[in-house]
Amino acid sequence: MGPLQDMIVIDFSQFLSGPSAGLRLADLGARVIKIERPGTGDICRQLYVSDVMIEGESTIFHAINRNKQSYAADLKKEEDLEKVKKLIRQADIVLHNFRPGVMERIGLGYETVRQLNPRIIYGEVNGYGHEGPWRGLPGQDLLVQSLSGLAWLSNNRDQRPTPMGVAVVDILAGTHLTQGILATLYRRGIDGQSALVQVSMLESVLDFQFEALTCFFNDGRQLPVRSRISNGNAYVPAPYGIYKTRDGYLSLAMNDVPSLGRLLGCPALEVYSDSSLWFDKRDEIKEVLSMHLLTRGVDEWLSMLQPADIWCAKVLNYDQLMRETGYKMLNMELKVTTSNGLSIKTTRCPIRIDGQMVFSETGAPLLGEHNERIDTEFRLMS
Amino acid sequence: MNDLPLSGLTVLEFSQYLSGPSAGLRLADLGARVIKIERPGTGDACRRLSIKNLWVGDDSLLFHTINRNKESFTADIKSPDDIAIIHRLIERADVLTHNFRPGVMEGAGLDYASVRAVNPRLVYAAISGYGKEGPWKDLPGQDLLLQSMSGLAYTTGNEMDHPMPFGLSIADSLCGAQLVQGILAALIRRQKTGEGGLIEISMMESLLDFQFEFLTTYHTSGLLPQRSKYSNGNPLLSAPYGIYEAADGYIAIAMVNIPRLARVIDAAALEKHSQEQAFSHRDEIKKIISEHLAGQPVKYWLEKLHAADMWAMQVLDWKGLMEEEGYQRLDMEQVIAAGERENIITTRCPIRVNGQKIKSGRPAPLLGQDRDSIVREFLK
Repeated sequence: MGPLQDMIVIDFSQFLSGPSAGLRLADLGARVIKIERPGTGDICRQLYVSDVMIEGESTIFHAINRNKQSYAADLKKEEDLEKVKKLIRQADIVLHNFRPGVMERIGLGYETVRQLNPRIIYGEVNGYGHEGPWRGLPGQDLLVQSLSGLAWLSNNRDQRPTPMGVAVVDILAGTHLTQGILATLYRRGIDGQSALVQVSMLESVLDFQFEALTCFFNDGRQLPVRSRISNGNAYVPAPYGIYKTRDGYLSLAMNDVPSLGRLLGCPALEVYSDSSLWFDKRDEIKEVLSMHLLTRGVDEWLSMLQPADIWCAKVLNYDQLMRETGYKMLNMELKVTTSNGLSIKTTRCPIRIDGQMVFSETGAPLLGEHNERIDTEFRLMS
Repeated sequence: MNDLPLSGLTVLEFSQYLSGPSAGLRLADLGARVIKIERPGTGDACRRLSIKNLWVGDDSLLFHTINRNKESFTADIKSPDDIAIIHRLIERADVLTHNFRPGVMEGAGLDYASVRAVNPRLVYAAISGYGKEGPWKDLPGQDLLLQSMSGLAYTTGNEMDHPMPFGLSIADSLCGAQLVQGILAALIRRQKTGEGGLIEISMMESLLDFQFEFLTTYHTSGLLPQRSKYSNGNPLLSAPYGIYEAADGYIAIAMVNIPRLARVIDAAALEKHSQEQAFSHRDEIKKIISEHLAGQPVKYWLEKLHAADMWAMQVLDWKGLMEEEGYQRLDMEQVIAAGERENIITTRCPIRVNGQKIKSGRPAPLLGQDRDSIVREFLK
């Protein structure tokens, strides 16, 4: 039984940002009911990635929407809208990620919903806030990354702006939304009051950059400069980055450069005894290092560095990662099964509670799978 | 806001650097009272970790960024006297966080079982690098190394590039954010049961969770994610998803239909490709788009794409961003009044509650600055 046991979430959101918040709430014990448009449902159902699908459905839809229920309702129909309103009266949380104004037009804006249910926690994610010239723009991960300056932090100096290759903005915004929902739920436990929680993807990705942005705000607004080779972080001195070896890649975090030189048998590094040079001459140091590291294999280098407590690691791909005992012992894989018997391997919730991992085996719902059950249980028909 | 959702809660933060302290910062901004428990003399090691050699008094600007809106209490967890005082704080606290390597808190007698005996209502939240068991448990929980080991480095950059890390500490940030989720869920449960709880997350599990779409797709297909040869934006996604160079800058294009794109940007060479080929032929398609977009400035393309309601955006750096009204209206910056020290500018909490932005101008504490007042308050 999760800590949010008995909480009911009515989730109108689609794609990733909102639904990832719903998934976390579900894994923490809440009952999450997706409200989906009849016929098509969450657009993510048809968002196939990498030409891979599971019985005609998108792998990512299954990953994002496991452990939820689906209630199909056409919010433009009075009858369906009334049912959804009845459902909301009996719920704890409403979630959506429509563009600003859409829920109000449907008749499910916060003020209306609060009249229906004065204890409701109403969470919304949008792209760029609900004011200002960007409010109507699509809140899409790559586009928000691009606008936010984030694309100038990864890759090397002479390379083009480079987006982070995972939907980091969606995921962080969903995470922040969950934080806000849980904080206001906590307060509701004390004062019984409803609350509105709003997160925009742009604010979330600015928050993600808070260390670097604070530096920028206070250093005379100098833009970040990525290192010329093996950039790991534009603000961190050499050797921070990933290096090619004779047979694979080695990652080196913050380390003392002369010690590294001694351990690796690279005397050219030993001259950098003044630590302030590790930033100012990072390209020069990284150049020396990258040439030297090509001369041996990654395991050989690790055997020289790890005993000396140097912060280093072998760069792994998924095939390699999953052969590691360290990975297997995390027990991170989760098998879920849908109501039509489809079985999918995904990952579990990363949060352990009272020493227990959370393994919920319920797969993603079919579109409208729970209409009948929910109609009856919540008495929506009368 | 004086009615912040977590007002009345007290958090004892034994955490250092970024992962745990970023959780403390969020809890503080949401209204909790966060007391850093720091080692006398040195404190949170982040106090001495500067970026670009920027300092505020004796502490790094980085420390100030992560630890504003908190208090500082110095205590040596190896001293029995100080442990006795810490127990008194624990009696009255709601949450404890730490991000020591496995064994350190146990060695100090501050493991969960011992602390629960002092205060059964306490929520005890711990971050580790790789979990408490297994061959990796004593490895340093460092962001770049975790990115490297978790497969994440094969998501960014193009096919022929080296594995490429995210240029920010994603493992730290995400793990801290998830710790907050776990803490708050346990606090909600406590309202019903009266019992605290133990919340544990490792940075490795956070990063695996972060890649859940990739891993689910990988488990289904058995194929490693492949970065595209040009303009990789996300290895899972079809052309044109990525950033392209125009004549005078860069433009991002997300999911759009290929034949429609061909018409909108008037790219004849693209017309031979159907939407069905958007993944299987993505390198070829991206190459055509790259060559085509190079011919005209960003503004020219954006007007066409936006007129057709296509998902595209200019790529900005921070200076460009901050000149935009869209940024200014967010009011994302806040000034921290650092007492006699200079004012610093930082970002505010990204969560709005009841339409209100949450700001706090309170600076990070000097090492041990609140020890005397806390002793008076808690030990009286």
